[in-house]
Amino acid sequence: MDSRNILIIGGGVAGMEAAKQLYRLGYRPVIVEQSDHLGGHVAGWFKLFPDMLSASDLISQMEEGLDGVDVYLKTRVASMNRLKDGFSVVLSNGTGLLCQAVLIASGFNLFDASRKEEYGYGVYDHVITNADLEQWFRTGADPRVPEEPSTIAFVHCVGSRDLKAGNPQCSKVCCMTAIKQAIEMKEKFPQAEVWCFYMDLRLFGKKYEDFYINAQRDYGVHFVRGRVSEVSEDIDGKVMLKAEDTLAGTQVKLKTDLLVLMAGMLCNEDTSSLAAMVRASVDSDGFLRSRDNIYRINESSRPGVFFAGACTGTKTVPETVAEARAAALDIHNYLSGND
Amino acid sequence: MIDFGFGLSRSSAVRLDEVDLSLYRKLEALEPGVRTCMACGSCTSTCTAGPWSGMSVRKVILNLQRGKNVSDMLQACMLCGKCTMVCPRGINTRHLILSLCRIYDEKK
Repeated sequence: MDSRNILIIGGGVAGMEAAKQLYRLGYRPVIVEQSDHLGGHVAGWFKLFPDMLSASDLISQMEEGLDGVDVYLKTRVASMNRLKDGFSVVLSNGTGLLCQAVLIASGFNLFDASRKEEYGYGVYDHVITNADLEQWFRTGADPRVPEEPSTIAFVHCVGSRDLKAGNPQCSKVCCMTAIKQAIEMKEKFPQAEVWCFYMDLRLFGKKYEDFYINAQRDYGVHFVRGRVSEVSEDIDGKVMLKAEDTLAGTQVKLKTDLLVLMAGMLCNEDTSSLAAMVRASVDSDGFLRSRDNIYRINESSRPGVFFAGACTGTKTVPETVAEARAAALDIHNYLSGND
Repeated sequence: MIDFGFGLSRSSAVRLDEVDLSLYRKLEALEPGVRTCMACGSCTSTCTAGPWSGMSVRKVILNLQRGKNVSDMLQACMLCGKCTMVCPRGINTRHLILSLCRIYDEKK
C-alpha cells in the first residue's frame, strides 16, 4: 500500500470520482468538503440529462466507491505550504496533513439570481431558479410553485453571457436544463403552456437536440427567441414579463403563473484564495488557469497541483467525471515520475 | 371627461398568453410537423415566390403561433415544394401550406 497522501479539495462529483480512482491506484486520497454532504451541486438535483438518471442514485453509487477514503465534511483548507517534495496542509478543524499532490476540485457557484434585479427573484412570489425547481422536484415543497399552473416560463442565460453581471461566458448546461425541466413540468402539468425565452439554443451534447425536438413535437413547448428584459408582478400575484420576439420583430408580453430563471455557473468564490495558497493562477474568466485548454486542462502551472471539474470552466457532469479520471491518472504519472 | 384631443394608443406588444391559437391548433392536427420548426429560414431563402411576393414559410408558421392572419401570404405560394426539400427538420411544408389553405377555405 502506497501511503502517499493526496489532498482533494471539494467533494462534488469531480472530487469523489478522482478519490475513487486514486484509491484504486493505491494512494491515500483525502477529501475536504466545506458542506455537510458529498455530491456538490449534483446532490441537489433530481434527474440528470440526457438519460434522466436519478441524481441521488448517482451520488450513492459514487459514494460506494469511497470505502476506505478519508472524507472531512464541514471542513475547509486553512493553509497550504509547499515543501521540497509535497505540501504541508492545515485544515479548519486543526488537522495537519502532509500531501504529495493537491487536486483542486472546488467546482462552481450558482449565479445569485437576485443580482438580476429586473427579474425580481426574492421579490416576487412566483419567481424561482433552476436549482429551486430541482429542489421542488425532489421535495415537492415550495410555496412559490402554484398547485395547478396554467402557464410556466423559463428564462435562459440568467447571469450568463452577461458582461454587466460580470460573467461573459456561456454556462453551457442551462439550455439543456431548461428543456429538460420544461418537459418535466409538461409531464406534471399537461394542460399548462410552457414557454422558453432564449437568445441561442446551445444544444451541443449527445441527445440534447433530441430533447429539443421532443419538447417541440411531443410536449408542445413554445420557444421564443429573445431575452426577457423585465418582469413585474400584477395585482393577482402573477408574473408579467416583457421580451422582444426577435424573429418577428415585435414586443411580446406574457402573464405567467411561474417564472423559472436559468441561473448560470460562476467560478467558486473561494477559488482565488485556494489558488493563492499554491500559487496557481486564475484565468481572465475567473476560473482556474490550466496549463493549456486543449491538452493539459488538468494541470496547473505549478508542479503537484492539479485541477478537475468546473473549477477550470463550466462543465457537464459526464465531462467532470471524465476529467476527474484523467486528473487521477495525471497525478499517478506525476508521482510515479513518468512525466 | 374633458376631451384634450388625444388618447391612448393601443400597445402593439403581443400578449402571448392571450393569443388566439385556434388556427394553429387546427394546423397542428393536420400537419404535426409544424411544431418542430426551429426558424432556420431555409424555406424562406429557397422560396421562388419569396423575393417578389414576401412569401415566407417561416413567417407563416411564426405568425400563426402569434395568432395572426396569414392568408394573404399563402396566395403567393406556387406549391413547388422546394421548401420541403430543404427543411432540415423534414417538415412537409408543402402539405403544411395546403392544409392551411384548406383550413382557411372551411372558414369562408
